[in-house]
Amino acid sequence: MAMELVCPAGTPSALRAAVEAGAHTIYCGFADETNARNFPGLNFSQEEMAESIAFAHGRGAKVLVAINTFPRAGAEPLWHRALANAESSGADAVILADIGLLAHAAEHHPGLRRHLSVQAAAANPDAINLYAQAFGVKRVVLPRVLTVAEIAAINREIDVETEVFVFGGLCVMAEGRCSLSSYATGKSPNMNGVCSPASHVVYAEEGSELAARLGGFTIHRTKKDQPAPYPTLCKGCFTSEDQTGHIFEDPVSLDASKLIPALARAGVTALKIEGRQRSRAYVAEVVRNFRAAVEAVAAGRPMPEGMLARLSEGQAATTGAYAKTWR
Amino acid sequence: MDLTVGPNQFFWEAPVWAAFYRTLAEAPVARVVLGELVCSKRLPYFQQEIPAAIEVLLAAGKEVALTSLALITLKRERKLTADLIGMGLPIEVNDLSALIHIPQGTPFWVGPLINVYNEGTLRWLAGRGATRVCLPPELPLASVATLAAEGARLGVAVEVWGHGRVPLAIAGRCYHARLHDRAKDNCQFVCGEDPDGREVETLDGQPFLAVNGVQTLSGSTASMAHQVEALAEAGVNALRLSPQTGDFGALCRAWAARLAGQMDGAALAALSAAMAPGARLSDGFLTGEAGVAWSADA
Repeated sequence: MAMELVCPAGTPSALRAAVEAGAHTIYCGFADETNARNFPGLNFSQEEMAESIAFAHGRGAKVLVAINTFPRAGAEPLWHRALANAESSGADAVILADIGLLAHAAEHHPGLRRHLSVQAAAANPDAINLYAQAFGVKRVVLPRVLTVAEIAAINREIDVETEVFVFGGLCVMAEGRCSLSSYATGKSPNMNGVCSPASHVVYAEEGSELAARLGGFTIHRTKKDQPAPYPTLCKGCFTSEDQTGHIFEDPVSLDASKLIPALARAGVTALKIEGRQRSRAYVAEVVRNFRAAVEAVAAGRPMPEGMLARLSEGQAATTGAYAKTWR
Repeated sequence: MDLTVGPNQFFWEAPVWAAFYRTLAEAPVARVVLGELVCSKRLPYFQQEIPAAIEVLLAAGKEVALTSLALITLKRERKLTADLIGMGLPIEVNDLSALIHIPQGTPFWVGPLINVYNEGTLRWLAGRGATRVCLPPELPLASVATLAAEGARLGVAVEVWGHGRVPLAIAGRCYHARLHDRAKDNCQFVCGEDPDGREVETLDGQPFLAVNGVQTLSGSTASMAHQVEALAEAGVNALRLSPQTGDFGALCRAWAARLAGQMDGAALAALSAAMAPGARLSDGFLTGEAGVAWSADA
């Protein structure tokens, strides 16, 4: 059987495009701070969620609802309502990170399948078994700090499914455990569902250069005639003593497509594509390519050549932590 | 409110490490968390000093807990965590997986690297045996107050980050090794060259962050010197001071004086700034626009 392809949708039309392009499963979130891609103009109302899930189910695809920020103290009912709304909309599972929310879901929505978000950063079998035992989690999205060999070892010690990121944006830090963005801007992935938010970005032409600043901190400078990457904090260019460069990570994105056979052998159930903020056309193109790849791997055929070259054009790709040398 | 000294985040030579805890035994703090937080590779270099440090702190009447690592991935690290339980002291959990080794009902502490953002999470941890929780440093004052009230109801002491470079992120990759063009497995322990972390500036020369092995810290030193009254009002039980170089005993005494009403915020801030790398302080996570903000500048 082919590995399950879990694809992003930031809008109902992107969800339809992903389903039509061959996604087995779509993940998406409500248009509020309950999900970790809380960007303006993105995400689903409750009505859109119910309609979109019905559309996906009609074509044999599943929908996972990400409720993966950490509820604000004193405001938990907003997150509890999102859980209830996901269940009443017919979601196949919810993707959660917060312990309190997992406990609430296990108690009040026992029939709603629970996946552990990458934002929970469960990076070893003990953590995964703890979440499985305490909250009945059925699948874990693994943090991007592990090698393929470590993923295989984890799968030998746990009874739940694993899902791993294979394409798109790449967190360098353990997810859900990073306050870099709120240190510079006051807005964080954990609390607000945003990282390095556009509301705090300023571009300034200075001589022959374009400076990109986040919360007043210069994240990079590019020559005016060169493309300027978005100033994501951990991909910035900084100076430390006599060294200047991308101290944390180069402005790269993740492409682990070549590792699909190895990930299958490591016992991974599902492959996840990042990019709920991406366009419908992008999502459809990535999904088509990855669907062809997982079908080829399942049938024992070689992987299609040159897939996704066009999509990652102009941006370098990495296999990230999956290769031990990355560390 | 009283004072807790958190685990040393940096890699110090064993004699320096041992001397630090001997000094701490004389300092006016109620409790000390020690052990290796950031990188398991460092532990063999000072491990032999830990029993004596525990002994001298306990003899001085301090409560002592042992920290787990912040990010546990290797089999060796899981074994290390399981072994902590046999030491007969409370564990401060800084990676949730440590909990699997702690029997239900055995009291434990929760460190600032566990995501405790709301009452539901605090309740679950209390039910599991947590008796003390140091909240994540990025929480605003309103959340701190709500959680302190819930903690009081549950019988869980609530702590807030009081002084020190803030742990902002943890990764699989070692940035110290990367700065020396090395991989983590061949790091040659270069993080030991920077006992308060290595400065990271922007291309415009603005001080910004500090790297400490696999950890990224704030460039500024967080200080709640001006927030003591607000935190007391919020019902916070303790403030956490994070080890750094310099006269840490003097810093502890100044903090104790501040809590006793014998020193004002400005005097404590001046002393703290004089000890802070680059003399930069921040308290913005609690009351400011962003974590880096310093309320005295507002």
